[in-house]
Amino acid sequence: MGEIFKQYVIDHFNFWIAVILMMIGLYAMITKNNLIKKLIGMSIFQTAIILFYVSAGVKDGATIPILEHHAVEVEQVEMLAAAAGHSPSEHAASGHESHAINPDDYSNPLPHVLMLTAIVVGVATLGVALAVSQVIYKNYGTLEESEILAKIKAAENDG
Amino acid sequence: MKWVGLIAVLFTGGLLLSAMDDFPKWGDAHSPANASPVSQYYIEKTIEDSGVPNMVTAVLADYRGYDTMFETVVVLIAGIAIMAILRVMNQIPGGARPSPRHEIGDHHDIIIGTTCRLLIPVLQLFALYVIAHGHHSPGGGFQGGVILGASFILTAIAQGLDPALERLPEKSYVKLAFAGVVIYSGFGVMCLLLGENFLDYGVLHVLLPGIDAAEARSHSMLGVEVGVAFTVSAIMFAIYANLASKGELEGGL
Repeated sequence: MGEIFKQYVIDHFNFWIAVILMMIGLYAMITKNNLIKKLIGMSIFQTAIILFYVSAGVKDGATIPILEHHAVEVEQVEMLAAAAGHSPSEHAASGHESHAINPDDYSNPLPHVLMLTAIVVGVATLGVALAVSQVIYKNYGTLEESEILAKIKAAENDG
Repeated sequence: MKWVGLIAVLFTGGLLLSAMDDFPKWGDAHSPANASPVSQYYIEKTIEDSGVPNMVTAVLADYRGYDTMFETVVVLIAGIAIMAILRVMNQIPGGARPSPRHEIGDHHDIIIGTTCRLLIPVLQLFALYVIAHGHHSPGGGFQGGVILGASFILTAIAQGLDPALERLPEKSYVKLAFAGVVIYSGFGVMCLLLGENFLDYGVLHVLLPGIDAAEARSHSMLGVEVGVAFTVSAIMFAIYANLASKGELEGGL
């Protein structure tokens, strides 16, 4: 039992949180009657996706995907040395192994990039959605979906 | 409706959770996402290709330049859409709109006013730092742009919308938003004119004497980030100003 719990929950707890947040957001989007609450649900859903991506890029023992300036300088010195025509064998012996950038030391930059743009675009789309709901409120005097539908139906019956 | 929704949500969530064993483990360095050649290439080659230590910025502004450019365009379009939806032009025939009455003391609170007077310049300076230092430390155009936009929003919240719009009028922020996209695509067009692919910054080193292709990439990234920051900060303020005043750009909250 404990083994299964570890295998399914502990090892994947980031995905559990993402899925649970996604369920909360989806539930709010489907069942809530108020348009603003639907938008809150959409934002929670979006947060779940962002969390999913960023947590997929985590590596154990890795640091942020920014090289230290020290490593940069070493790399540049080596590049200059290589350009100046040092023999490749000497180059390899003089510690290229220890200074080479190991991908396991830095967390995956790609999900960060994707989510960086997704956050800003999410804010922009949320702004558009709020603008639309403001116009709806101006025209119908309510943000409750059922009341809006009733008013539309009443207007159709009249006209 | 509630029950249908609940069942649908539980079904979706259950489906995802039932496949949980197939997901990579937390922190697995060799999961498909982390071990893909693309990610490995970004980590290993960024410094060689462009000399930029912050891989996120390098991927954002160089390797995936198209993505970021059109992301900026999306932000611009969202801002234009909000203005198109909300903005009301209540122009009185004969010109001379009665100037909005802004009573002194209306929004004037000594604690809030003093705090904001001290805070806003620091905030804007920090935004410029985040933009300009974005390829050496955490930061970049989007982040700095949002901080810069937030400083104007703080002015609008603390002192009312009218003083904020005096500092950054509607005409200015619309121009600023478009200028950002023009700067970004301008870098791409410059590369085209010099005979390379769109947004392939390496060729720009012929314009700046004394630097090589990798350094040209690094400097072009800064230019592109400035463009992104212009658009993002202008649109953030535009969204707030239009939403807070129901499109009238007067009075505010």
